[in-house]
Amino acid sequence: MDTRVHDVLLVGGGGAGLRAAIAVAETNPGLSVAVVSKVYPMRSHTVSAEGGAAAVVRDEDSLEAHAYDTISGGDWLCDQDAVEAFVREATREMVQLEHWGCPWSRQPDGRIATRPFGGMKIERTWYAADKTGFHMLHALFQTTLRYPPIKRYDEFFVTRLLVDDGRCQGVVALEVATGKVQALLAKAVILCSGGGGKVFPFTTNANIKTGDGMAMAYQSGAPLKDMEFVQYHPTGLPFTGILITEAARAEGGWLLNKDGYRYLQDYDLGTPSPTPVKRSMELGPRDRLSQAFVAESKAGRAIPTPYGDVVHLDVRHLGEAVIDKKIPFVRELCLKYQKLDPVKEMIPVRPVVHYMMGGVATDLDGATPVAGLFAAGEVACVSINGANRLGSNSLTELLVFGARAGRAAARFAGAQPDPSSALVAQAADEERRLHRDFLGRTDGTERVADIRSEMQQAMEAGAGIYRDEESIQVAATKVAALRQRFRRVALQDSSRTFNTELVSALELSNLLDLAEVILASAAARRESRGAHQRTDFPERDDEGFLAHTMARQGEDGRPRIEFDPVTITTWPPGERVYGR
Amino acid sequence: MSDTVTMEVLRYRPEEETEPTYESFEVPVQPEWMILDGLNHIKDQLDGSLSYRWACRMGVCGSCGMLVNGRPVLTCATYMESLLPGPIRVEPLRGFPVIRDLVGDITDFMGKLAAVKPYIVREEEKPVEEGEYLQTPEELAEYKQYSMCINCMLCYSACPIYRIEPDFIGPAAIALAQRYNLDSRDEGAQERMDVLSQHAGIWGCTLVGECSEVCPKDVDPAGAIQRYKVSATVDFFKSVLMPWRKE
Amino acid sequence: MNPDYRPYHPKWFRRRVPIFWWLRQAAYVKFISRELTCLLVAYVAILLLVFVAAVDRGEASYLALVGWLSQPMVVAFHVAVLLGTLFHTVTWLNLAPMALVVKVGGRRVPARAILLGHYFAWVACTIAVAWALVGP
Repeated sequence: MDTRVHDVLLVGGGGAGLRAAIAVAETNPGLSVAVVSKVYPMRSHTVSAEGGAAAVVRDEDSLEAHAYDTISGGDWLCDQDAVEAFVREATREMVQLEHWGCPWSRQPDGRIATRPFGGMKIERTWYAADKTGFHMLHALFQTTLRYPPIKRYDEFFVTRLLVDDGRCQGVVALEVATGKVQALLAKAVILCSGGGGKVFPFTTNANIKTGDGMAMAYQSGAPLKDMEFVQYHPTGLPFTGILITEAARAEGGWLLNKDGYRYLQDYDLGTPSPTPVKRSMELGPRDRLSQAFVAESKAGRAIPTPYGDVVHLDVRHLGEAVIDKKIPFVRELCLKYQKLDPVKEMIPVRPVVHYMMGGVATDLDGATPVAGLFAAGEVACVSINGANRLGSNSLTELLVFGARAGRAAARFAGAQPDPSSALVAQAADEERRLHRDFLGRTDGTERVADIRSEMQQAMEAGAGIYRDEESIQVAATKVAALRQRFRRVALQDSSRTFNTELVSALELSNLLDLAEVILASAAARRESRGAHQRTDFPERDDEGFLAHTMARQGEDGRPRIEFDPVTITTWPPGERVYGR
Repeated sequence: MSDTVTMEVLRYRPEEETEPTYESFEVPVQPEWMILDGLNHIKDQLDGSLSYRWACRMGVCGSCGMLVNGRPVLTCATYMESLLPGPIRVEPLRGFPVIRDLVGDITDFMGKLAAVKPYIVREEEKPVEEGEYLQTPEELAEYKQYSMCINCMLCYSACPIYRIEPDFIGPAAIALAQRYNLDSRDEGAQERMDVLSQHAGIWGCTLVGECSEVCPKDVDPAGAIQRYKVSATVDFFKSVLMPWRKE
Repeated sequence: MNPDYRPYHPKWFRRRVPIFWWLRQAAYVKFISRELTCLLVAYVAILLLVFVAAVDRGEASYLALVGWLSQPMVVAFHVAVLLGTLFHTVTWLNLAPMALVVKVGGRRVPARAILLGHYFAWVACTIAVAWALVGP
């Protein structure tokens, strides 16, 4: 067994992972830090984020206002101490990224420009045209090249965490190019591996978003928090699911039904005005907009297409100059993938799975209940997003909590003994398991692609924008059956070299874990809140469910749900008011 | 319109064979399908052992560059319909060692990228507490185009120099160096010049220009390199004619 | 099975670059033609020196050179040289906007204007030389 030892390991090389790596290197330059990622860092899904990143910068804005928008947007399920830390450190992190070269869009005098965003009362979304995630990721990645202690394992797929004596001390990773299994030992491990949108069939998420970190943490005894909250972004292109950024609406785009009517005014989201009004109409929160779409579609006022009903996003009135300056990527994506020009035509859009509010439960420093295991970014649930994340909070989140987790892990690692040698035996077991269950088996009958596709369909039907007891149970039964079938999975590819089918099978195993947890959490929450809408329990129930679901893997491998209290510091639960 | 098209895909399995071969698959054509959808159809329905990279499927992660009918393209952004009636030949990008099937090894580029110091270099860093560096929209526009590079490697694949002279730093890395040189916040141009004024740097480029032709993000690396040559030359003459001038 | 395969050390496949790689794509052919026609520019320069040397050696020498240049085969060759140098000049001038970033009043001069400037300068030079040779 090839074994490498580092002080701090990052699993995932997206925005959170790279920010955390720099934080480790700056906190303690003597530590050896390594970023392990199944793709090259610049391929990570942060690259696809478009609209912007929120941080208080304008004179008329305040930390309280940002916190209130975030908490009300999250339907009061956010932990308020986490939100307070988040808004407090957001601006500093964003300025830091500016110093690292991120090409933020500017005002004529050279200061940072901001734009409005959904659910935000004041303009506080920094942006780099509409490729904000792309520019942030590349700025972060290129900046890591300044730090010699940061080593990378590019295209290494982590298959499990190494936990000994209750402490996470490394990972087992498959070098995809050669097929070699390695033990990467460390005094602290930070998961930064993103969410798992690929549990669903129709998603803005990249093919690589398979919830690996969430599933591995769960298998290692860490609880997954609030996993029933899956965000549907209201404006994705049909068929591809490509995201049309909220910035299109923030700059003044309208959502129209088949009659050309701005239907959001019928859903308690305010009254239409020609120019955008914050926290109103098209700038309402994503959960409410996606739910309004479903109602509109049920009433027969959407436009049918071969890929499901759509409504229209109309930006034509903004004019070519504004579109090219503020949302050029929207135009590029429409021209390339929808064969239409938004300057002249309306964009067909429908809600699409976008983000997981839930994740590995952590404290404010990214520490999970498993010693030595940290998490930051979409994989984690701190939680600042509650039942519904506001657009442009996630990019900031990965900076703030990536940095916090990095610093905390560096301090933790500095005080730990070297990893135990018992772990190498665990890693050897894992290598044998990979061979036994996948590469070396000849009796399999099931195909990865079939199981994955059936799981995705079951999840969409059972745990989509609206759910109820029955739909959840049907999906749960289906997923349990798929889990059984997965035991008989057969790979057509038995080679070691760049075996993407093996990687897909391991990813599918993680996705199945996530699907189980999402369904179990959704079944346990018998109320409607934010992105979790139960038609059999349509009201929010603060008496019973102002609490986080915590899913732990039981002895039988099935999730067990408990509830943890929500931290309320300043803002008691109230009504979510938009547009009035 | 035909219902199916033949995709001739290059296969290379180093454990089994010493030379690549082509394998043909019949793939249905749908109006929305890109080359990548065709490959996914092959992998999910016909042969699970086909290996290739992909991630975002929206032309921004840079993973899925391949040679399609001899041209380097992003397979997620190339309609199958545009290449009918076929056959459509899919190969790994030229210029990179083939690891397996359609997967090339880009380790070389990763090293070259690091060598050109693609990050802000300053003598003195302003404390974060003092806020952002001011940069006007005009100053931003100076380098914005070069910051759009997604590292998809199409330019390297189109560059004959890179194939003949593997030491050549290459289009994307030089464009990214220029991206920082032109950034009003940066002071590292001289450090980068030390790397780029070598033979394997800008002077390796003989201006074939194909890198800019195939770039999916209009970065124009060929333009970046030529601009760099001009400023390197001007610098050289200034230092000869005005030796008293400060470096 | 590949007998050379050692577990976990697969051999990457490296394609050889064929000598005539540049024939595979029109853009590469154009590039190589542009590069090779620079030899013709050098030839014209040498020819000019030969003229100067001939004039220096006296009238007989000059007439002998003109006589040689008047042969049909040599004329045909020089027509080809002219076409080659024209090709070189045009393709070369067309690249100018790529390297030159000129700013007037904070705005970048468009590529087309830079291109026109170059062509204008070329035509002007040609006229000046013709005027010097032929006289007003």
